[in-house]
Amino acid sequence: MNRYPWWKYAILGVALLIGLLYTVPNFFGEAPAVQVSSGKATLKIDPAMVPRVEQTLAAAGLKPDFVQFDGNSVRARMADTDAQLKAKDALSKALNPDANDPAWIVALNLVSRSPAWMAKLHALPMYLGLDLRGGVHFLMQVDMKSALTKKAEAYTGDIRTLLRDKNIRHAGITREGNGIEVRFRDAAAAQQAQNLLLDQLPDLAWTPVADGGDVKLVGALKPEAATRVQDQALKQNITTLHNRVNELGVAEPVIQQQGSDRVIVQLPGVQDTAKAKDIIGRTATLEIRMVNETTEARDAERGSGPVPFGSERFLERGGRPIIVFRQVTLTGENLTDAQPGFDGQTHEPSVNLTLDAKGSRIFKDVTRENVGKRMAIILFEKGKGEVVTAPVIRSEIAGGRVQITGTMTTQEANDQSLLLRAGSLAAPMEIIEEKTIGPSLGADNIAKGFNSVMYGFTAIAVFMCAYYLLFGVFSTLALAVNLLLLVAVLSMLQATLSLPGIAAIALVLGMAIDSNVLINERVREELRGGASPQTAINTGYERAFATILDSNITTLIAGLALLAFGSGPVRGFAVVHCLGIVTSMFSSVMFSRGLVNLWYGRQKKLKGVSIGQVWRPDGGGTPAAKA
Amino acid sequence: MEFFRIRRDIPFMRYALVLNVISFLTFAAAVFFIITRGLHLSIEFTGGTVLEVAYTQTADINRTRATIEKMGFGEVQVQNFGTSRDVAIRLPVRSKDGGDIKQTEVAGRVFAALCQAENGTVGTKQYTTPQGEQVSRPSCTAADGTEPLTLSRTEVVGPSVGAELARDGALALGFTVLGIMIYLAFRFEWKFSVAGIVANLHDVVIIIGFFAFFQWEFSLAVLAAVLAVLGYSVNESVVIFDRIRETFRRMRKMTTPQVIDHAITSTTSRTIITHGSTQMMVLSMLVFGGPTLHYFAVALTIGILFGIYSSIFVAAGIAMWLGVKREDLVKVGAKESDPNDPNAGAVV
Repeated sequence: MNRYPWWKYAILGVALLIGLLYTVPNFFGEAPAVQVSSGKATLKIDPAMVPRVEQTLAAAGLKPDFVQFDGNSVRARMADTDAQLKAKDALSKALNPDANDPAWIVALNLVSRSPAWMAKLHALPMYLGLDLRGGVHFLMQVDMKSALTKKAEAYTGDIRTLLRDKNIRHAGITREGNGIEVRFRDAAAAQQAQNLLLDQLPDLAWTPVADGGDVKLVGALKPEAATRVQDQALKQNITTLHNRVNELGVAEPVIQQQGSDRVIVQLPGVQDTAKAKDIIGRTATLEIRMVNETTEARDAERGSGPVPFGSERFLERGGRPIIVFRQVTLTGENLTDAQPGFDGQTHEPSVNLTLDAKGSRIFKDVTRENVGKRMAIILFEKGKGEVVTAPVIRSEIAGGRVQITGTMTTQEANDQSLLLRAGSLAAPMEIIEEKTIGPSLGADNIAKGFNSVMYGFTAIAVFMCAYYLLFGVFSTLALAVNLLLLVAVLSMLQATLSLPGIAAIALVLGMAIDSNVLINERVREELRGGASPQTAINTGYERAFATILDSNITTLIAGLALLAFGSGPVRGFAVVHCLGIVTSMFSSVMFSRGLVNLWYGRQKKLKGVSIGQVWRPDGGGTPAAKA
Repeated sequence: MEFFRIRRDIPFMRYALVLNVISFLTFAAAVFFIITRGLHLSIEFTGGTVLEVAYTQTADINRTRATIEKMGFGEVQVQNFGTSRDVAIRLPVRSKDGGDIKQTEVAGRVFAALCQAENGTVGTKQYTTPQGEQVSRPSCTAADGTEPLTLSRTEVVGPSVGAELARDGALALGFTVLGIMIYLAFRFEWKFSVAGIVANLHDVVIIIGFFAFFQWEFSLAVLAAVLAVLGYSVNESVVIFDRIRETFRRMRKMTTPQVIDHAITSTTSRTIITHGSTQMMVLSMLVFGGPTLHYFAVALTIGILFGIYSSIFVAAGIAMWLGVKREDLVKVGAKESDPNDPNAGAVV
């Protein structure tokens, strides 16, 4: 009866192997590496950079362990710090011919030392939280109110233009908070206006209100439209942050949305909050200027003449120079939106711009006077400008809706819209929570956590072996497997380990031993009652299982509540706690039973089991437990 | 080795009244302290700024406090943290109209002021670690190039975030209680559910009472520990209830108090050993975990110790007074006996 079928042993074996495979990367340590990321908003890094990096390093006589592209940057792992520094120099020279205007950021960083074949299986070490690594954490809140207010302001101008064009008389348009109020002298005009506005501006909802002798139309952004504005503002900010953070050369930055209006930014390895805040808080500006297409300008473009007076030279995204006039036609303030789309007739990818009232007026004049000429849209960051796109004006454009098409793929249309939105005003962000952990503190915390787990485990192990002898050894082994599986699962999930997480590991181990104690005590009780050893083992495990299940479920409920309502490090604690309960059920019941069956199962005439002293009260009185 | 050589069932339930009165008194004392003294909440709940600086020499707390108080940021708390050289400084939340210094700038300014008090200048240090990682951090350098103090950690929490964390914590506690009650009612019976939850809430209140009495810092980690204790404590009661159910099934002639006594006595060894093992792990955390995990471990210790007490006496006692009977737990299957069967009721 104490025999496990071979497939159960197979499951245990496989679990052990997987556990080992995914736990081992955590112990490899880190190796020096060089990281290449984009230094300009207009440059995107792609897998084509990998062979370029490889060639540059080979030309410099350096051999990296591997060169990998991981979405945001290219990393080359080097053998030691000397090689790392040489690699950095070589790459900086090769990729950034102009040291004052670096297109690519080359930074020194650390990468896990696990072999490449493990990395392919996604056997990576756990992601260490900030309190174990040192770094900076910001929680930023997007000022949604001001995003909505700006939108309302833009609508006010649009409504004014619309009503004037249709000759509907009104007695005043004002913005009240996030809503708009339009006054009319009579109800007929109000009705006419309402129909018009509902047709032209679908995102606004109107309610007529009588006020004195006049009728007021009170407009507010529809809830779906408001959420859309908020969503867009948040996503826009996150993209901008990604680009900015690249500049800091951080190895694994975390930029995530939290809730509906917050962004978490975590920068491991950076301790300089001032510099980080400076870079993150910077705004980019957008300018629209006319392209100078005179012969002198064309000479200057080719490089055979100087830049004419009153013009400036900028580089386009492909690297070609463009000469634009210094006079600014429009700024990003007048650009309310930029979206990728498709041309209605030719179905080519296009970028659709929306200008506000003032912008569309200016734009109408400019396009009327400059048909056939080129217009450049320039993005300014850190004081330096780069031309995003320079389309030809085909005809006069009124109404503020501009479509730019021609020689761009859908991806390029997406990228350009993103850049144009980066220049227009997204909602401002405010830092509401900030943490910095120094590097020595991080290493300290790891040591402390590790020591607590290790010494606690040793103490429990010694006690169990002394008290329950062989069964105690089995219980200790089960506990060790529990730890192995827990670390493996956390590594597989790439969960973030924090100091409360390590505390949760310690707690899980302390609680997991409960299951084995229950089993061992039950087996002792059965033996005390006079059952044969094989029966005692079987009954002990059976009876104890129901209790183990119940008690683990209640602990799981507490863990799940913490998971649902916790955030940050408490969430890390909850994740480890819940996972630990699951792994402990597997290891303390199935694994320890497997060991016991392996040892005792075959012996048909088992005389006794090594479970420590089974004390029997000698006759008389009511024994403490009776079968 | 057998520590628990118990010959007879210990008559716990005879003393149920006395024990429960004691536990009620401790409960009342805890509530009293919570109400009068209140909890010393960490900045995670109240909002504010915390800085940890490490001096190269033993820190002069009074001088540090004086320097910061001069800056007029409100009530400052300065104390040692870990070793005699580490100082933790806590500043309250800045209200929106607290001048033009934003909350996020406070930490930087305090560090600058402390640096000046040590005759150093604030700057940024950029270097590469021997492992090959680039680090850039603020530093305070004295004239001779040494660093009289370094910044270990800063934490700034805005007031809205703090209020949210407090609310989330309360919700987590509420849902845990609800979840456990439902589970116990489903698995055993409503009387056990009530008994279990009352006993274990008693634990939670006692822990919070300790923190209120000694004014230890109550942080998010401590809240997590409290919830873990709640789960663990109920664990305890479940083991005993399980035994009670099994004893009801097996021993037909025992009365309810006898059944409870028997159940508790049989599980005594398991209870003590488990709590002992968990406590060993928590002790290891107390000794080796450092100041960050210190109160977490303290909360767990109190929970484990009082957990034994509450699960055994309070839970079982309340269950007994609520009138738990055999029929509640052991569903007697109706044996349909055919009235026409002449052999009905015959037993060999």
